[in-house]
Amino acid sequence: MSIYDLIFYLFATLTIVSALMVVSSDNIVRSAFYLLATFFGVSGIYVLLGADFVAVTQIMVYIGGILILLLFGVMLTSNITNVEIKKGTAKILPAVIGIGVLLGALVSVMTRTKWKLQLTEIPQTTSFELGKLLITDYVLIFELLGILLLIALIGAASMARREQE
Amino acid sequence: MQNYLIEIFGSEIVAYILATVPVLAFIVVFVLFAVWLERKVSAHMQDRLGPMRVGWHGVLQTLADFLKLLQKEDIVASANDKALFNIAPYVVFVTTLITYTMLPFTSIFIGSNADVGIYFVLAFSGAVVAGILMAGWASNNKYSLYGSLRSAAQIVSYEIPTALVVLTMIMLYGTLSLGDITTAQTSQFWNWGIFGGPVLGIGKILLVPFMFVAFIILFISTLAESNRTPFDLPESESELVAGFNTEYSGIKFSMFFLSEFANMFLIGAILVIFFFGGYNSPFGYLGNLLGIEWLIPIEQLFWFLGKGMFFVFVDMWLRWTLPRVRVDQLMTICWKYLIPYAFFNLLIVGLILLI
Repeated sequence: MSIYDLIFYLFATLTIVSALMVVSSDNIVRSAFYLLATFFGVSGIYVLLGADFVAVTQIMVYIGGILILLLFGVMLTSNITNVEIKKGTAKILPAVIGIGVLLGALVSVMTRTKWKLQLTEIPQTTSFELGKLLITDYVLIFELLGILLLIALIGAASMARREQE
Repeated sequence: MQNYLIEIFGSEIVAYILATVPVLAFIVVFVLFAVWLERKVSAHMQDRLGPMRVGWHGVLQTLADFLKLLQKEDIVASANDKALFNIAPYVVFVTTLITYTMLPFTSIFIGSNADVGIYFVLAFSGAVVAGILMAGWASNNKYSLYGSLRSAAQIVSYEIPTALVVLTMIMLYGTLSLGDITTAQTSQFWNWGIFGGPVLGIGKILLVPFMFVAFIILFISTLAESNRTPFDLPESESELVAGFNTEYSGIKFSMFFLSEFANMFLIGAILVIFFFGGYNSPFGYLGNLLGIEWLIPIEQLFWFLGKGMFFVFVDMWLRWTLPRVRVDQLMTICWKYLIPYAFFNLLIVGLILLI
């Protein structure tokens, strides 16, 4: 077992355990903080897959953006921490069927896909190639996403203005 | 550096752990020195002497304070969220420390010359917010919570002008790696970022004023991100006791302290790498002149730390010169001035680089 295997198992355990804690915790703020460890673990796995840019983006977007937004939402909503979170089992039969179907689908996809097995050289850096692809092959999607984000930004600004008046 | 350590110890794990030791030692020594400097600078600006008793002009004062802080009782109030309260200082410190892996201290000592460099630094300085919110919420104290929410709002908003200026500089150098950015500015001081970087000809003259604007914007926004005066609303003593670290004592408090000062040097280092040539000497090296090869890295370390310390000094200077801004002024500076200026700067620099 090389050092990389060890690091992989470390990150995998971190991700799974903290994800379990997110759903089983009684306290909603604590759940949000366990999510921090989950995101971090996933980003570590990206690094081991050679996707350095995606890993850093994971940290930037999920921890620096979404998690903070989530925490703000939780902390600024009054009395949200006093709400009792129901954790009992309700409607167990539909849940089992739903989860079973999802698990079956995932396992079948995992086993039936023809994975590339030949060893390819992991690129030293991915940001250069990613940037190239974004402005050549995927330029339409890239621009459309940019416009979508701009619309969201303008919408947010106009909503904030209206409340002030 | 790592390869050398792997050769000595024969084990990757030991080598990687040992490679972090110099950086950690540097941060601790730097903080001891910077706290003393801050007290001396503030004292002399107010026509006082500052600490004089322990050692020569009080140089050992911080060491004594640090030893005292280590012996303090570790107070945890009964209404705190114990687990989060205990882990938060370390989250804050580790996310700050992790960014030091990307800094090129000299041409031979750099933690990682990975191609994500500056993007990694930005990502982790954004992740500090999670630790700060954790500390504020787990303290179960309204002042702590207000301080941490203010701090988070401030860091998140000032990340935008920072990112815009960083984008400008990435366009100029064509790489994200901090090591490669530094090597692009070698040989003479007119290759430094503030003088238009490695661009030659007419473009260089056109770039200089816009580089200066970029430098000012980056300086202001990183100063705000490190929560220093005039942007120290998160811990404004007159309103919030001490902000998000009100409830902390002993070693956990010193962790927040360490990360604040480590952050100060980090922003100085980022400014130096982007605009002032990183570890490059402005005049060429004595080692080259005398033909002593091992002297060059030491000179580079001297220049890097010297330039970084200069910006730390400017931070302290500003702290004792400017009053604190109000919350609305803070947001006005960011959204109405810095972001539009940074954005137009980005466009113009892009146009200049195209022609």
